[in-house]
Amino acid sequence: MPTFVMTEKCDGCKGQDKTACMYICPHDLMKLDLSMSKALNQEPDNCWECYSCVKICPQQAIEARAYADIVPLGGQVIPMRSSDSIMWTIKFRSGETKRFKFPIRTTAEGSIDPYGGLPEPGSIDDECFFTEAGESLPATY
Amino acid sequence: MADEAVSVHDLCESHFCKNPVIEELETDFLIVGGGMAACGAAYEAKRWAGDDVRILLCDKAALDRSGAVAQGLSAINTYLGEQSPSDYVRMVANDLMGIVRDDLIYDVGRHVDDSVKLFEEWGLPVWKQPGDEGKSLRDGGQPVRSGKWQIMINGESYKPIVAEAAKKALGMDNIIERCFIVKLLLDEAEDNRIAGAVGFSVRENKIYIIRANAIMIACGGAVNIFRPRSTGEGMGRAWYPVWNAGSTYAMATQVGAELTMMENRFVPARFKDGYGPVGAWFLLFKSKALNAYGENYMVKNAEMLKDYPPYGLSAVPATCLRNHLMMHEMRNGFGPIYMDTPTALAELSKTMDEKQIKHLEAEAWEDFLDMCIGQAGLWAGMNIKPEESPSELMPTEPYLLGSHSGCCGIWTGGPADLAPEEWQVKDNGVTYNRMTTVMGLFTAGDGVGASGHKFSSGSHAEGRMAGKNAVKWCKNHADFKPTITVDKEQLAAEIYLPFKNYEDHKDFTTDPYINPHYIRPRMLMFRLNKIMDEYVGGVATWYITSAKMMERGLELLTMLKEDSMKMGAKDLHDLLRCWENYHRIWTAEAHLRHIYHRQETRYPGFFYRADFPQLDEQNWKVFVNSRFDPKTGDWQCFNREHKDLVSKG
Repeated sequence: MPTFVMTEKCDGCKGQDKTACMYICPHDLMKLDLSMSKALNQEPDNCWECYSCVKICPQQAIEARAYADIVPLGGQVIPMRSSDSIMWTIKFRSGETKRFKFPIRTTAEGSIDPYGGLPEPGSIDDECFFTEAGESLPATY
Repeated sequence: MADEAVSVHDLCESHFCKNPVIEELETDFLIVGGGMAACGAAYEAKRWAGDDVRILLCDKAALDRSGAVAQGLSAINTYLGEQSPSDYVRMVANDLMGIVRDDLIYDVGRHVDDSVKLFEEWGLPVWKQPGDEGKSLRDGGQPVRSGKWQIMINGESYKPIVAEAAKKALGMDNIIERCFIVKLLLDEAEDNRIAGAVGFSVRENKIYIIRANAIMIACGGAVNIFRPRSTGEGMGRAWYPVWNAGSTYAMATQVGAELTMMENRFVPARFKDGYGPVGAWFLLFKSKALNAYGENYMVKNAEMLKDYPPYGLSAVPATCLRNHLMMHEMRNGFGPIYMDTPTALAELSKTMDEKQIKHLEAEAWEDFLDMCIGQAGLWAGMNIKPEESPSELMPTEPYLLGSHSGCCGIWTGGPADLAPEEWQVKDNGVTYNRMTTVMGLFTAGDGVGASGHKFSSGSHAEGRMAGKNAVKWCKNHADFKPTITVDKEQLAAEIYLPFKNYEDHKDFTTDPYINPHYIRPRMLMFRLNKIMDEYVGGVATWYITSAKMMERGLELLTMLKEDSMKMGAKDLHDLLRCWENYHRIWTAEAHLRHIYHRQETRYPGFFYRADFPQLDEQNWKVFVNSRFDPKTGDWQCFNREHKDLVSKG
């Protein structure tokens, strides 16, 4: 389902420090067109439909349209992601709509303390992770 | 890419490529990649490194959403819980038709749960059994299992969570995003020893030359080696991430690392076209796959499994054999194959109230929405509701990977306490776990061969092993100074060659896209896809190939490799594609050479050697390994003895 950018909604992230969709796309598809100061998907047939750009866009300017060579027109899947949950709206070709909401994270974004409260590393010459310092690992088949 | 000596000053005048900044960096441990394995390596290595060992990570994308888990996942497929690492080895070995490294798999099995517990503590929601809600895995909370080894999660933010821990551990000053490493450099003073890597920025006009004491490459598996079933807009809907370009295998091959089991591939049977996951449907919802006449082809064709003892006779036959039975139905006119979702959901809802049925419906949709949103889009567009209509299943195009139900990759040493002597890689008498046969070069995740079924959690854990051992390497070789004398401008010119090709010739034609002097990266990939599909057992031939077909395929592949020197790039995005496709060609060649060498059909349902249609346990229960010699350009395949360390009886 290649993503597309809606002309009226996209502001090119001009008030931000970076163009969000261009920053996040794992496949380098989103591109800021300098002549119109708006983003576009420069290679829609390489789009994995991961929705990373849809989820991150601060203007909700990006949606996805199902692959035209596979899927009949009219359906749509729209996420609304917050810091702890995501709401999905599924619109069927028939016009019917379903909504689902799922948790995505139990801690605050940015709150991870990677080594807090964890043991100091043990011996670099054994097979233990630092978190397993002093443990005797199973090693019998 | 090219051997010809081109100075960077000869390059084009395009604003993209004239006088690129050449940034020379020095580090101790370089991590190439940003997915689960790389994040695991960063997290573990930094803890051991202290202030003595410098670490740098280069990701061609952004760490929050890079790698195979970018989109999210609905399950963690490897969590052992109360089960033993030996049982895990038995399952993996059977699924991969016997030829795997028990030491590496056992090692993943004994470590993997620690990574999963960390994920939960960092904020990943893990489903719990009734009564255990709120009790962490570490405190003995029982997860909801969809299968023997799998646990269910709300995994939309799986990757951002794991990335956050890696970023915090390493510090953003030690991470370069949008830096595509395309080539490794061997040391010029010491034989068979890694010394550095080169790459370029996908965002600015800059080349990186990085000297390092140890390197881990973990850039995923390989997608779009074969022609995909969808060749229009749907081409992007690859089952595995479309940005996995075989860079791990290609770069390791080029510096002479020994490869193993590159003949192995994975052909997942998935929901047709959307490639949505089937695991939860089979395991959690207890759904059946049926042929067009409502028959269970696994029952109907059970006799066929007897041709493949013991792999076909276990409680869960090997994945390739399940494909084999499905394909038999399709070839004989009993398709389409359907996942019977209505019966499964009706069966489950029999004992449920209205609210529980609503919840079940949400779980069914979440399975797609967490990890394969496109499949939900397909259902929406086709008016498919799983409680009302069954959905088609189909075997996809082939993929090359080492972390899922596949085991191609690089030969690495195992841990000192598990691996037999000949499966350890040593230097000065010290064993380095997950080091390749090139000294100082490590890998993990999709990179490590003969050890599948790691999935996301096992890849993270394996990254941690490689990370710790790479730090050990750096500490034990603290005096090492990389010797790289090759002219930096020549390296830059090599990386930017596709720009030169384009700029030198683009004005020759009125349309720069059609030009006799260069080939656009997109067309080069299509040519590769066609060769592999038609000669090396892609979907065009129902996965069938033979020696003669591969001989012709290699002739065409060789010409393609020559033409890769003539790729033309108009901008940095194109340059990224050029190098990805160059890596794809090398990976494809490794795959072809290995299949050619293995004179049997080891993985029916993944591919068939028409000239050797049988499984041959007598002669071919061996690892097929290979090595490209960077000095001579010679590429040899050879057998390595296999042994079972865990009893498989």
